[in-house]
Amino acid sequence: MLRDITPERLHNSTRIRLALFSAVLALLLLDLLRRLLGGTLAPALLTGYVWNGLVFGLIIGLAGVGLSLTYDLLGFANFAHGDYISVSAFIGWGSTYLVAGLGEFNLLNLFFLGVGDTVFPRDVGISVTNTPGAVLIGLVVAAVGGAAVALLIDRFVYESIRETGAITLLIASIGVAFTLRFLIVFLFTQNSFGLTVGAWTYGLSLPGGTVNVSAPEIMLVTVAVASMVSVHLLLTRTKLGKAMRAMSTNRDLARITGIPSERVITATWLLGGALAGLAGFMIALFQGTINYQLGWTLLLLVFAGVIMGGIGSVYGAIVGGVLIGLVTRVSQIWIPASFAEAVGFAVMIVILLTRPSGIFGGDAL
Amino acid sequence: MLSVNQLQKSFQGVTALDGVSFEVEAETITGLIGPNGAGKSTTFNVISGAIEPDAGRVTFTGEDITGLSPDQTSSRGLVRTFQIAREFKNMTVLENMMLPPKNQRGEAAWRSVLPGVRDNVQADEEELFERAWEMLEFFDIDHLALEDAGTLSGGQRKLLELARALMLDPDVLLLDEPFAGVNPSLERELLARLEDLRDRGRTFLLVEHDMDLIMQHCERIIVMHQGQTLVTGSPEEVRSEEQVIEAYLGGEVT
Amino acid sequence: MSTATDPIGRRLPDTLASYWEQDLVKIFSTLAAVYTLYLLVGVLLGYDLFGQLNSLRRLTFLIVVYGIAALVVNLHWGYSGLFNIGVVGFMAVGVYTATILSRPVAGQNPTGSLPGFGVPLPLAIVAGVLTAAAAGYVAALPSLRLRNDYFAIVTLAFAEILRITFKSSELQEITVFGWTFGTGGGRGIRTFSNPVRTFFETSGQPIVAAVESTGLDGKIIPDWSFVFVLLTILIGTYWLISRLSASPFGRVLKGIRDDEEATQSLAKNTSSFKIRAFVIGCAILGLLGIVWQGASSGYVTPDRFIPELTFFIWIAVIIGGAGSNTGTIVGTILFVGLILEGPGQVRRLVEEFVGLSGSVPTFPDALGALVSGNIDPVMLYVFDQTSALRIILTGLVLIWLLKRRPQGLFGDRQEVASAINLEDRVTKRRERGSGAQTSGGDGN
Repeated sequence: MLRDITPERLHNSTRIRLALFSAVLALLLLDLLRRLLGGTLAPALLTGYVWNGLVFGLIIGLAGVGLSLTYDLLGFANFAHGDYISVSAFIGWGSTYLVAGLGEFNLLNLFFLGVGDTVFPRDVGISVTNTPGAVLIGLVVAAVGGAAVALLIDRFVYESIRETGAITLLIASIGVAFTLRFLIVFLFTQNSFGLTVGAWTYGLSLPGGTVNVSAPEIMLVTVAVASMVSVHLLLTRTKLGKAMRAMSTNRDLARITGIPSERVITATWLLGGALAGLAGFMIALFQGTINYQLGWTLLLLVFAGVIMGGIGSVYGAIVGGVLIGLVTRVSQIWIPASFAEAVGFAVMIVILLTRPSGIFGGDAL
Repeated sequence: MLSVNQLQKSFQGVTALDGVSFEVEAETITGLIGPNGAGKSTTFNVISGAIEPDAGRVTFTGEDITGLSPDQTSSRGLVRTFQIAREFKNMTVLENMMLPPKNQRGEAAWRSVLPGVRDNVQADEEELFERAWEMLEFFDIDHLALEDAGTLSGGQRKLLELARALMLDPDVLLLDEPFAGVNPSLERELLARLEDLRDRGRTFLLVEHDMDLIMQHCERIIVMHQGQTLVTGSPEEVRSEEQVIEAYLGGEVT
Repeated sequence: MSTATDPIGRRLPDTLASYWEQDLVKIFSTLAAVYTLYLLVGVLLGYDLFGQLNSLRRLTFLIVVYGIAALVVNLHWGYSGLFNIGVVGFMAVGVYTATILSRPVAGQNPTGSLPGFGVPLPLAIVAGVLTAAAAGYVAALPSLRLRNDYFAIVTLAFAEILRITFKSSELQEITVFGWTFGTGGGRGIRTFSNPVRTFFETSGQPIVAAVESTGLDGKIIPDWSFVFVLLTILIGTYWLISRLSASPFGRVLKGIRDDEEATQSLAKNTSSFKIRAFVIGCAILGLLGIVWQGASSGYVTPDRFIPELTFFIWIAVIIGGAGSNTGTIVGTILFVGLILEGPGQVRRLVEEFVGLSGSVPTFPDALGALVSGNIDPVMLYVFDQTSALRIILTGLVLIWLLKRRPQGLFGDRQEVASAINLEDRVTKRRERGSGAQTSGGDGN
């Protein structure tokens, strides 16, 4: 009896699924309008959600690009990507602290973010507007660190087992993930570290309240957009980029010509790792705090964005990330804040079940 | 017995099947031939349900089975083998053979666990073992009964593929190059056995590239080309059709 | 006589190797080895009898609970090819359901604690198990068609959604249709009193008293009794899963893991098999959650159900070799004994013999001290980090295993999926000679 409810019956008819999806979306939009016009939803709040979601989503998208590239090229889900984000964030922010607090505090204490209550954020007074140089240096260090970590892990762990299959690599990446994460714990403990002090904020007055647009947020958007433009240029204008795209879109050709060239693989890891580093540094900046779970808590949402956009599609990863970011914020109109992430996960599950190839995905994977 | 009607299938703009229609009569060995890329494997996939056609119908013993899943078609008595043998590598040959048969009481989880009821399952297993053993003897691979299927040679894997399919007691068997890699004398023996099975009521649709084999042993032949059925008929009729056919029948297609 | 494929069996002389062939020998000799190791450590640490018993009890407890979970993961992954990394979520469902149901009704609950539905504990436990099974059904049904990595992501997302739900402050305490209950939110919830301990505080009290009169600490009795109850559950699980594996049901599962499409083309409704295997496993996980988190610790919070736990369970399976039930148990024994508890034991030994003193510094401090030539702070620091160290160790072992021996210890050996002894039948058949016309009638 229960056997009659087959997954086949659930999957049949794209039309039903599309209709359901559109209906739900339409209902939500209508309700949104109703609340806006009726006054129960302040435009300020909505704008705040959208802006917040956009910034958050851009960071997720940035992290997703790297994940999507390696997923597509090497064929496995790198569960350690979240911890690449964490590790590079720590390296980056340690450097920012170092530069900002140079001369005033113990070097080691600075780099370790004042663990053990030795240095407090207010002591160093880091913010985008106070210490832009330190922040920028940290950003660059995070990118470089992320690239290095990604490449090293590939050389030491993944390279020798590349032929063993996607599942073995996945399990290995889980091992890497935990190792990296608890290496951070070993060095920094499980505490959260405050990082910044308040920065310049512009308060946009709207009906219902003010929407705060802060300097960090502006910087994040700038960096994210600049990175995406750079990636776009890399992929379309350079020889390496074209090789990467060729490998990605025409896997059969790649197979015929043999294993993807080592250069492309190296470049993919470096690029993915660098973007993870940027994302990690920026999410910590966005939140104002950092802890060992930074990347891990982000990872499922990053997966959600990548899957939504379609694995292998750079633009898909970005669009998917932004959509997920928006979903986690805008959904708070209807759902309590503590469930915001759960909504993101639920959306991902729905996507996986209805259109696993995502929005921009070509082949049904 | 089995008929396909105007099957259409495209993959991302490439047309694989473009109006394939033919009939397979009961208790025959029918051959399906055509050059590489003609769409033979795709046709098998559509018939067995591994792929859904964009259009067209598959009818089996009067029932429309278009779009049914592979487990549904095979449980109705329409079984296919694969061109590259798909034996269960991590199981022994015997387990491979004992997996297929239908209506095994032990496939219900609780029956396998509960103390009294498990005895029934064990009785079933004994019968199954005998059947499997006899089939293995039929194919002369009983000496491999306890070997991991992953250690078999290419020819042995093909034999296992065929023997395993027969354990399902199929009415119609779709064989995808069943004799590739099998030595010629064994091939002759097997064909004799297939003919024997046909005489006992089974039907075979055979994809092969060995023209001599096809001509000698198939009562009917279906020729496919570029996703369409070109000709169907007896070996003589097919052989004597237009020069177009000559191009495909000239010499062995390897 | 037969060549063993595992690294231990290969190195044994022939006489021992033939004993090693047997599953129970594998399990018990590994257990004995680890026990002996711990007894030795206990001697070095100067434990008295009670101390040694306690140390072994804790070890046994962990082996049993991880063993049950590992057997389920082996059923899901080793047999059916279902990559379930949301394991802890189903444990949480089991224990939270049983707790919420069994807590005293509003008005009869002690002040300051959460009320519930007042369901008697045995019923609540059954309900917990069934709910966990239902959760498994809900998670798996739509996801069966997904390929491995997507399925993994879905199970992880599912477990996280559950954790978020249990942690949310909105569900901390709610009143629906006049019933007040809740999850306790982030603070968690007190579960139920351990039935075994309760027994020994009431009717079983004389036994405890008798033991105490011999001079031993009476707590041994209820503590060890509880472990034995868990051990019974482990044995029951092993029995259940072995019988499932050695049957047509298990055979089809193996086929699915090997090549699902081929299995489908042999008239098997693979979705039905996968669902059943998944749901059975989740039911067991629900029970495990109830006895582990619920009965054992008496208190449950959402943060007990963290991915690290799933990680540990998985590595026990991988060490032993996915696909082998015996291997899973052996892998669990080794994992718990050497990796999980190992760092802690090493630390105790170091503290005993090296005599570190002083407060634990931060890492920068320790590093700074090292630079000035003082290694005590470094050692103090390192050995304070046992929980992080054991996870790092687990990760490194996993990576090493995957590179060198992905099939684990016993992944090579096949546990034949049949309800009868096929080797036996084959030998008898061959002795009879080929061409026997009659089937059966030859005795078992």
